[in-house]
Amino acid sequence: MTELVNGRGLSLVPKTDTKQTLKDFKSDQEVRWCPGCGDYAILAAVQSFLPELGLKRENIVFVSGIGCSSRFPYYLNTYGFHSIHGRAPAIATGLAASRPDLSVWVITGDGDALSIGGNHLIHALRRNVNLNILLFNNRIYGLTKGQYSPTSEVGKITKSTPMGSLDKPFNPISLAIGAEASFVARTIDSDRKHLQSVLREATAHRGTSLVEIYQNCNIFNDNAFEQLKDPEIRDDITLRLEHGQPIVSASKAVVRAANGGIEVADRASVSADQIMVHDAHNPDPSLAFALSRLDEPAFEHVPIGVFRSIDRPAYDVLMAEQMEEAVAQKGPGDLSDLLLGGDTWRIG
Amino acid sequence: MTKQVQQLDRVIIRFAGDSGDGMQLTGDRFTAGTAEFGNDLSTLPNFPAEIRAPAGTLPGVSSFQLHFADHDILTPGDAPNVLVAMNPAALKANLGDLPRGADIIANIDEFTKRNLQKVGYAVNPLEDDSLSEWRVHAVALTSLTVKALEGFDLSKKDAERSKNMFALGLLSWLYHRPTEHTIKFLEQKFAKKPEIAKANIAAFQAGWNYGETTEAFSVSYEVKPAQLAPGVYRNISGNQALAYGLIAASVQSKLPLFLGSYPITPASDILHELSKHKRFGVRTFQAEDEIAGVGAALGAAFGGALGVTTTSGPGVALKAETVGLAVTTELPLLIVDVQRAGPSTGMPTKTEQTDLLMAMFGRNGESPVPIVAPMSPSDCFDAAIEAARIAVKYRTPVMLLSDGYLANGSEPWRLPEVSELPDISQEFTTAPNGDDGEFLPFKRDTDTLARPWAVPGTPGLEHRIGGIEKADGTGNISYDPDNHDLMVRTRAAKIAGIDVPDLEVDDADGDAKVLVLGWGSTYGPIAAAVRRIRRAGGKVAQAHLRHLNPLPANTGEILKSYDKVLLPEINLGQLALLLRARYLVDIISYNRVRGLPFKAEELAGVIQDVIDSD
Repeated sequence: MTELVNGRGLSLVPKTDTKQTLKDFKSDQEVRWCPGCGDYAILAAVQSFLPELGLKRENIVFVSGIGCSSRFPYYLNTYGFHSIHGRAPAIATGLAASRPDLSVWVITGDGDALSIGGNHLIHALRRNVNLNILLFNNRIYGLTKGQYSPTSEVGKITKSTPMGSLDKPFNPISLAIGAEASFVARTIDSDRKHLQSVLREATAHRGTSLVEIYQNCNIFNDNAFEQLKDPEIRDDITLRLEHGQPIVSASKAVVRAANGGIEVADRASVSADQIMVHDAHNPDPSLAFALSRLDEPAFEHVPIGVFRSIDRPAYDVLMAEQMEEAVAQKGPGDLSDLLLGGDTWRIG
Repeated sequence: MTKQVQQLDRVIIRFAGDSGDGMQLTGDRFTAGTAEFGNDLSTLPNFPAEIRAPAGTLPGVSSFQLHFADHDILTPGDAPNVLVAMNPAALKANLGDLPRGADIIANIDEFTKRNLQKVGYAVNPLEDDSLSEWRVHAVALTSLTVKALEGFDLSKKDAERSKNMFALGLLSWLYHRPTEHTIKFLEQKFAKKPEIAKANIAAFQAGWNYGETTEAFSVSYEVKPAQLAPGVYRNISGNQALAYGLIAASVQSKLPLFLGSYPITPASDILHELSKHKRFGVRTFQAEDEIAGVGAALGAAFGGALGVTTTSGPGVALKAETVGLAVTTELPLLIVDVQRAGPSTGMPTKTEQTDLLMAMFGRNGESPVPIVAPMSPSDCFDAAIEAARIAVKYRTPVMLLSDGYLANGSEPWRLPEVSELPDISQEFTTAPNGDDGEFLPFKRDTDTLARPWAVPGTPGLEHRIGGIEKADGTGNISYDPDNHDLMVRTRAAKIAGIDVPDLEVDDADGDAKVLVLGWGSTYGPIAAAVRRIRRAGGKVAQAHLRHLNPLPANTGEILKSYDKVLLPEINLGQLALLLRARYLVDIISYNRVRGLPFKAEELAGVIQDVIDSD
């Protein structure tokens, strides 16, 4: 990881001298997700991770859209804004672009971010505003009670698709890489350690970080990610992405394919030097994109971790620089001078 | 040869040509010269939405009308005294507006068989008797320009392009306009292309000299400077004044300006203008769409900025949900709607007042929003400050309803003293307000009913807001029926209680029976019509609404104190609907929705009819 990526993540956000604990980040509101919802695990992971950042609590803001996951801000004792379906990235962009001293988080779901809010998501990613976007992907609409979502597999039988859904799902990682995202990662609700390690890297990254979190909806799409949790098989299908490390699971490895692409091979059948070493900082997104396609069609081998983390100036910094440059060129604005600018004439 | 000079008290000129002929620039420069000379003036640009419609066709005609006078005037004028027609299409498209006896200066070079055919002229109108009721000056503008530029290293096409400057030179001679500014302007505009600058200046001077020497023009005209109130003036369009007003509102509120906007005609110029003023701490964010524009502005407002979004009607439609969120989260936000002809895409470059009911009601649920409407291009400055004052003081989204006519029209503006601009600043909340030392984000100011504005970064006041109904005081999610009823009524009461100045009536003798009421951009034509009526000995009172929501407290009383109330609107009676419902007054509506401002003569006729009727 480059020094710049490490050093500038939240460098503009004031630090606290007070020691914080998980309790400091719990609000007084009763948490109202369905019992067993994966959101509880994510909330607990975030609440116990935040003290590690050592930021002034008042300089942290959680912005959400609409959906089950978007209730998240109410349960954190920070500033919070529960907004409109799909629009959280836009609202967070205005906030983060005008307040570089804030740590701004967007909490969203697969419907919120990829259906109604798809446009805002892709533009936030290409702009690279300093935001941490947590995309809770449960592959279903929960709050509206069980319709298929833009990440549901083809043929999904739901209330609105009794004969099976017809549309091809989005792969959020592929989408984000295609949208010029500078930081893209995937993790899972049930693995707190991994989730927090990804959050650690996401917050260290200055610019927009997109973290897809596989999240179980035990009411409408239970066990959607069961393979990744089943102790029998999870170590075989989970390909850990760690920068500088070979991309392997317990039994599999990612290697170059004969056609120039990449493929998953039996680990025992390939030599160590054939196994691809993960380079999250590669400016060329092709390999990260190829990695994101490995789990198509479904969960035979799933890369987990940081797909891509490159250093690119954050939008809010560039915006501030233009303002500073304007002042440097012409001095701070003076209202009288502004009004008197152009052709004027005097009467009387 | 000494030419005759005739004195006039006012003149209306319309420059018309193909979209590519540079008519807007020509009009702008003539306006600048006229402003510098000290006439009062008012302008009306009129151009197609297509950037380059097929050359020489009727849809491609672009025009710029300028009214200037030795006294104060209120409108760009009803009917031109002079039409400059750069091609047959420009003549055909504008002849209908031209009174008999007016001057036509036509570029004969463009009256070719092909160009005539394009617009359906079987015979060249400059050569038959069809224009005998007008004074036609057929001038070879193109070839004279090319000839004047023979010494320049320019292609014929480039030389021809300067014909608008030749026309400007000729008109500048004809009306004794100063020339220095135009020369300076051309030097600056083409600073990187000195040959083009010189060519344009040469064409401009050749046009002037042509007027001076040719026998085609035997008379030139003088319009003396106007006696306006003492002060420093500049010419300004509505969009520019509005942008300046937003910057002034930022300075006077001590809040950094954040503009979230998506390009749309006719509002884009506000985005363009504000993007030039970053040294005022102005952030301009060109969003991916209208929804993101207002969303970002609201996000910035949550962070303590003066959040603004600028758009036109179709954009307001898209922003409705976010405006509703601003209503319920009670954050300051300005929504600038530069109204244009609708519905849907409508006529993007034409003006209308048809978004009033959308501004009032165009959201789900009970979601009242204050509405402010400027009445002239320069008034957009003050209206922007007033809208910001309300937004910041009451923590509410505010609709500012400009329109295409104000946006692109211009007039001389007497510059305000910055020291006399109102202080519209409000303090952020920095300390807990609850009895037990807790922070209650929805505990209101008892006077204004505004809630505290505590921005992220303020320790101890961490709180959550959102679109779900909030409990009074704590702001916690609440589905309690009585709480919802209370919150709905409280939000309505807050808007209804906004302090707006009383409506003033101009009733010179105090004995008029008819009141003519207006709002927004119709002020100029209405006031000009009222003058006509009074000049002819008629009695009529006039009042103009700047605040449409809430209405001034004395509105009902004033409406009821006249026998008849006439309300002209460039819609089908939207304000009339509101006033009738609210005050049970039988308003007489006059409505035209042609994409154009009213004409003073037209309204004078309507007012006279109302006065005369029983």
